[in-house]
Amino acid sequence: MSALLLEARGLGKRYGGLQAIDGINLSVPKAVIHSVIGPNGAGKTTLFNCLTSFAQPTSGEIWLNGARIDGLRPDRVSKLGVARTYQNIRLFPDLTALENIMVGLEVRQPESLLGTLLSTPAHRRTVRAVQARANELLVALDLGGRGDRLARHLPYGDQRRLEIARALSIDPVLLLLDEPAAGMNPVESHAMMELIGRLRDEYGLTILLIEHQMRVVMGVSERISVLDHGVCIAEGTPAEIRADPTVIAAYLGARAAKHGMDALEPSA
Amino acid sequence: MPSDMVEASAPAIDLRIPAQALIGTTLAIVGTCVFVVLVGLFGQFASRALVVDVIDIGHALMLAIALGGGAALTRRIAGPGAVLGGLLAGALAGAALAVLVVATEAANLRWMLVSLTPVTLHAIGYNLPLLQATALLAAGGGIAGALGALLACLPERPRQAFCGMLAGVVFAGLLHELIANLLQDFHSLDDWMFSYDGLLPTGAVLAAALGAVAFLRPGRARFARLPSAARIGVGLACLLALLALPALTNDFVAQVMMLVCLYTLMGMGLNIELGLAGLVDLGFVAFFAVGAYTLALLTATGGVAVAQLNFFVALPFSILAAAIFGFLFGLPVLKVRGDYLAIATLGLGEIIRVLVLSDMLKPLLGGAQGVVNIPKPSLFGLVLGTPTLLFYLTAAMAALAGYCAWRLQHSGLGRRWLAVREDEDVAQALGINLVQVKLSAYTLGAAFAGLAGGIFAGMVGSVFPQSFQLLVSINVLAILVVGGIGSLPGVVIGAAALIGAPEVLRDLGEYRYLIYGLVIIAVVRLKPEGLSPAAIKHREIA
Amino acid sequence: MLRLQDWIRRASWVDWFLLALRLVVIGVVGSGFVAGLLHPRYAQAEWLSFIAFGLTLGAIYALIALGYTMVYGILRMVNFAHGDVFMAGAYAACFSLLGCNRAGLLASHPLVSIGLALIGSVAAGAGIAVLGERIAYRPFRRSRSLAPLISTLGLSFVLEYSARGMFGAQNKSFPSIPLIDGNVVLMGFSMPRTQIVVVLAAVLTMVVLTLVVMRTRIGTAMRAVAEDQDAAILMGINVDRVIVFTFALGGLLAGIAGLLYGLVYKQVYFFMGFFLGVKGFGAAVLGGIGNIPGAMLGGFALGLVESLGPALFLDGLGVDSPYQLRDGIAYTMLVMVLIFRPRGLLGERLSTVRA
Repeated sequence: MSALLLEARGLGKRYGGLQAIDGINLSVPKAVIHSVIGPNGAGKTTLFNCLTSFAQPTSGEIWLNGARIDGLRPDRVSKLGVARTYQNIRLFPDLTALENIMVGLEVRQPESLLGTLLSTPAHRRTVRAVQARANELLVALDLGGRGDRLARHLPYGDQRRLEIARALSIDPVLLLLDEPAAGMNPVESHAMMELIGRLRDEYGLTILLIEHQMRVVMGVSERISVLDHGVCIAEGTPAEIRADPTVIAAYLGARAAKHGMDALEPSA
Repeated sequence: MPSDMVEASAPAIDLRIPAQALIGTTLAIVGTCVFVVLVGLFGQFASRALVVDVIDIGHALMLAIALGGGAALTRRIAGPGAVLGGLLAGALAGAALAVLVVATEAANLRWMLVSLTPVTLHAIGYNLPLLQATALLAAGGGIAGALGALLACLPERPRQAFCGMLAGVVFAGLLHELIANLLQDFHSLDDWMFSYDGLLPTGAVLAAALGAVAFLRPGRARFARLPSAARIGVGLACLLALLALPALTNDFVAQVMMLVCLYTLMGMGLNIELGLAGLVDLGFVAFFAVGAYTLALLTATGGVAVAQLNFFVALPFSILAAAIFGFLFGLPVLKVRGDYLAIATLGLGEIIRVLVLSDMLKPLLGGAQGVVNIPKPSLFGLVLGTPTLLFYLTAAMAALAGYCAWRLQHSGLGRRWLAVREDEDVAQALGINLVQVKLSAYTLGAAFAGLAGGIFAGMVGSVFPQSFQLLVSINVLAILVVGGIGSLPGVVIGAAALIGAPEVLRDLGEYRYLIYGLVIIAVVRLKPEGLSPAAIKHREIA
Repeated sequence: MLRLQDWIRRASWVDWFLLALRLVVIGVVGSGFVAGLLHPRYAQAEWLSFIAFGLTLGAIYALIALGYTMVYGILRMVNFAHGDVFMAGAYAACFSLLGCNRAGLLASHPLVSIGLALIGSVAAGAGIAVLGERIAYRPFRRSRSLAPLISTLGLSFVLEYSARGMFGAQNKSFPSIPLIDGNVVLMGFSMPRTQIVVVLAAVLTMVVLTLVVMRTRIGTAMRAVAEDQDAAILMGINVDRVIVFTFALGGLLAGIAGLLYGLVYKQVYFFMGFFLGVKGFGAAVLGGIGNIPGAMLGGFALGLVESLGPALFLDGLGVDSPYQLRDGIAYTMLVMVLIFRPRGLLGERLSTVRA
């Protein structure tokens, strides 16, 4: 139990008449990369929303490091170490890249009102430290020198990495990545794959990943959960999932089960 | 209407386009002029001279409309055709106007439209008989229309020069009282430029020349190349000149500038709530009222006053009371979003106004009779009684508050406000406590308004519930919008434009709000980010 | 029980504060109500007159609210200028009747005169609304939420002060119409004839509106665009035309409301639109924004609360001159609805995608 960072038991979310997810169980040990895949509309983002308290689960429980987190306010969950990126990028468009990261850093280092108004030496030291740390994160994610550009003026790939940098700024233990490689060509996806691995290795992060590009999923995950119509239909290692006929049927229909998971790869 | 038409791609084989554009422009010019007459603007201004014995403001306005029509025509018809079109449109409009005057006189619509007095109607045609009036109006309209089209076609420098000339004459004509006042020590120049009624033709020529120079900005490139120290020096010098203005001129100028400072203070407060944190607060005047009443209750002699403190001792309490009130005000509406928040805060503000006005709270707040006998601020025996001294007090407070606002804007709290405005959910996901951040915006924003209210009470000497109408909240909102939401320099520009200008242009009277409305629509349509480029634009360093 | 436990676990101090606020307001209203019942100050006839007046006022609010709710349902924009459309209708009706009076038509053919006034007010209302759409809405359809709001605020100023400039700053009186003046005795109680006329006219209008919205093609198109604009486009619906029609319809209703207001209050002035507009929007929100039956319900509810409120519970609380606070009651109700039940009484009905 103590080795598990995240645990979800019987997690379900109902929107009026629609059961978005039902009976989801998840056990993620520390420093593991666990992917969640499934056809569109399977409930993957809903799962993320429940884990971050963006939506309240209607059934089930979520445990982080042995403490229950479902039902807490989103900012409390965030302070406990859960960070996420978004399927459609949600940066702060009118803040610079540096400021996007500083926002996250400053949450943990609130400044005094008096210090702000009087510009005390202590206050200035804090600001410099925050800026330095923000720049470090920018460099770590290959965004060095672009700190002063407005977030909405950055190219797409930079924006994706900036979102990750911002997520890192709150010093998380669990990182939820929602389709980080979306819209990327094979070269960029490969770089993203390596980045995800680096995040786990250098920062000791536990990572939950939603992704459609199978190369990335297979290349980087240690465990995979497959969702379809809101329920988990399979869970296991990449090799097991590749061969699982239920999974293939869910993606491509029963007939494609003959041809295997390779049919899912985009024709290069 | 022409604007519905698809842009013509075929060459001018199709003559419908020019004809349609022509008719449309003519109708637009006539329609706008009729509107100006109906609303009473023309009547108000026909008696005021823009340039003495040459043209009055009312007719100048009509000429300006024809000018605009001609300029707009160039968007549909190219080059020389547009000039001809402007001529025709303006002439037709002028003639139509003259005919309309006759028709209206015959119809006798005064029981409906109060502004159609015989005096006004005759004044349109300069009291001339129909034929001469038609000719005159057509000629004037035609020339103005052609000129407008010509201006739009000119290359940049000549156009700037010409616009500058026009702007100079208009500026000097409208503000002749103020300028005459400024020049009162230079008798010869003053007499040469102005008479009692307004700008003299000789003065007009000078004003036109100065205007052209101002618009051409000959030294601009050179100025940009000066070292920044020199540029700051020049800026400082201008600022000092501006500050010295009230002392050099008269009380009226001091009062206007003081009012501008007060609204700037309030604007800075609302800028925190709206510009930074994105909270649409239409009950803002309530904070202003709390500050004013607190000061009144703590300093007035007699009545419902609670104490007789010194102004400067009571002022911090004003700020504190307003801040606490802001906190309590924001608390119930924390979860209300967007347009609903605007209405909810409007409702809260109105509830406060109703309560303050009521007989129920009369023993505490004075009811409709308000609180009177508030002494003027005094510091170590020096009574700040004159408008000039009060202006310096207000300006000093505004400067101090401006510094605080600037520091807050660029602090971590400022960034958190912006984050909450841009994306509440993501801000929460980063660990930002929405309640804390929003409440801090309400509290700090209210503090600025409280300061303004306290100064207002000391300045006027009495507070009445009638001074705290919804209109004040809307004024402050308009200042932000026109100046540029989120920008501190914008607040000053907005206040100067929307408060200072109408005060100075006294004659506008009640039409001030009509102009407000038009300016607001125009600014939001043409320059949504405001007249002053918002801080956002400047943040991106190349 | 489980949900209560859940709530207590999750509630922050803000939630506790809001709960306390709710209890305080209910407590104040309730105790005033009870105290008023224990020491009755009004006779039954007076209560009935309050109710009748409340329904009359409510009818006018309902007609104004309908305009807001239809536009907001499609465009998700608050129309600050809608109240001034109402004002335009009222002035148009006033001038029509005054004109008829001058021509002697009012005395000889009162019904025709009222008919002409109706046409005038409807034309003015729809016309100004459509004009407003062109000037203050269409350019901002793709903008962020603040721009249209402020633009309509500016338009509101323009309309109000244009009216002031054109028609003067004083109140303008409606001519008296003997046909609908005076009292009528209904069920043993005497009430002004105008109130009955107004309520009946308003109800008739709402019935016609419901028929239009439910049964005609353009009405169906309106509902389609309100639900899902993109799907409506795919269905071949000309969204621009539907939007203009919606504005015109709302303006038409507001125009009728203006006429009815004039018949009851017999006075119009240039600023009458603003606060009636705010209250009208409040009524729309009360019933559920975007919800047409909701707007009708909300309108009547607001009218009744305003009329009955001071007598019902403020008197019981010992507040002297409670009618001063009548507006305060209305606004308090509006604010409470916005805080605690923004969906309104009947639930909101908004488009999924902003038009």
